Amino acid sequence: MSTKNIEEKQYLLRFKCDTKSHLTVLDHDICMTKCPDKICTVFCPAEVYKWEGTRMQVGYEGCHECGSCRIGCPYQNIKWEYPKGGHGIVFRLA
Amino acid sequence: MPEKFDVIVVGAGPAGTACAYTCAKGGMNVLLIERGEYPGAKNVMGGVLYRKQMEELIPEFWKEAPLERPVVEQRFWMMDKESVVSFGYKGLEWAVEPYNNFTVLRAQFDQWFAKKAVEAGALLINETVVTECIVENGKVVGVRTDRPDGEVFADVVVLADGVNSLLSKQLGFHKEFRPDEVALTVMEVINLPKDKINDRFNLQDNQGCTIEIFGDSTKGNLGTAFLYTNKESLNIGVGTTLSSMIKAKLKPYDLLDYLKTHPMVKPFLEGGESAEYLAHLIPEGGFHSVPKVAGNGVLVVGDAAQLVNAIHREGSNMAMHSGQLAAETVIEAKNRGDYSESSLNGYREALYNSFIIKDLEKYKDAAHTFEKYPQYFKEYVPMMNQAASKFFTVDGTPKRDKQKQIIKSMTAERGTLRVLQDIYRAWKAVK
Repeated sequence: MSTKNIEEKQYLLRFKCDTKSHLTVLDHDICMTKCPDKICTVFCPAEVYKWEGTRMQVGYEGCHECGSCRIGCPYQNIKWEYPKGGHGIVFRLA
Repeated sequence: MPEKFDVIVVGAGPAGTACAYTCAKGGMNVLLIERGEYPGAKNVMGGVLYRKQMEELIPEFWKEAPLERPVVEQRFWMMDKESVVSFGYKGLEWAVEPYNNFTVLRAQFDQWFAKKAVEAGALLINETVVTECIVENGKVVGVRTDRPDGEVFADVVVLADGVNSLLSKQLGFHKEFRPDEVALTVMEVINLPKDKINDRFNLQDNQGCTIEIFGDSTKGNLGTAFLYTNKESLNIGVGTTLSSMIKAKLKPYDLLDYLKTHPMVKPFLEGGESAEYLAHLIPEGGFHSVPKVAGNGVLVVGDAAQLVNAIHREGSNMAMHSGQLAAETVIEAKNRGDYSESSLNGYREALYNSFIIKDLEKYKDAAHTFEKYPQYFKEYVPMMNQAASKFFTVDGTPKRDKQKQIIKSMTAERGTLRVLQDIYRAWKAVK
């Protein structure tokens, strides 16, 4: 079978997006000056985080709500909440 | 809605629903709060549900629950780049009642289970996030939700809010978890016709197979992969500790694709169609990471209490049993009219006297050992493959000479003393 890249994997999912992000990068300067690896852009399983040169773009709409970014950020620079009740990812199978 | 309940359970996963179900059966007034659109909408697991702890709650549940296949064969693979050393067990005693375990799809199973709690008398409210516990005079007296006028009160609040358990952190029961205490796991559900599954895994219609894969499945990092058979789909997934993922700079979905295209795995998936992609954290800190589980007016169950035995892939069964133990404690507390920490500590005692904490204690050093000494996954798995290849290749070398060569090549790479140390250390971690 063919593998699917992360965009195609994300298309398999249903999201009920809130208009407000449940993920907040507290200080973009910390990402810029202290975090050369920007490791959240690597390990996030939904590619929510994308570095845009001067700030971290947060595509919260595709978040699986796993919690990895909150625990894995080396600078505790991500405020992590649950999306509003009934919003966010909706798993239909497993 | 009455403004006060006997019990509020936060989270309708296996732990929370087991607790709500048992409390409702015991005649208590129960509110079960779920943040998803329905129970299961936010819940993920590889897919193995053990019979024993579920049966204690609902006898003969397999006759009505939405299950996939009873597992009759469990395989374990030590996988290298182009080879695998495998062992396993298949037994037809697992193909008949009462069965040993089942593959399940959680979105369906969790809805069914929550419905049983509702039928028993619990009130289920979906699409509601509990934002914090309401604490008065050092006692949890209720919860605040994200609904308008969303305060609800109860004698006891049971936190079954999963691996991230922001609520038990709010109460100071544990600090933020370290990246080596959680495993980041991703999986896909792959649709495949029933006949193909039966042929490829050598199964009959109502029989399932599970394969746990170590070694190259995680590129030698601390973790495992799995391939499970559903009725007409496969669950394939891989995870490592978040710390390993960070250290090796791995993208989890790349690792999943690496696994799916691995020559030992690919033939099983041929012709399949991806149906869902899921990511989740598994609390794998074990015994040392279990937080405080009982306070004034509050209990912690399931993943929120880090009750997972990663070595034996047990979690949902521990969650259910912890939920049941919590419920029994709450019922006793109600009879006493005492919901203080000392009264609710009966749950802690029950938990520590049960197989749950006993098993976690048995493996208390395992995760730490394998994280600190990466050679087990990185070096020994390839070595085992090379040894098997050498031993089973007929090339005219006498078998005794082959044995000597194999042992020599193993000790040459790491040194005899280090090999003995490694063996002793691994044995100590799991004995």
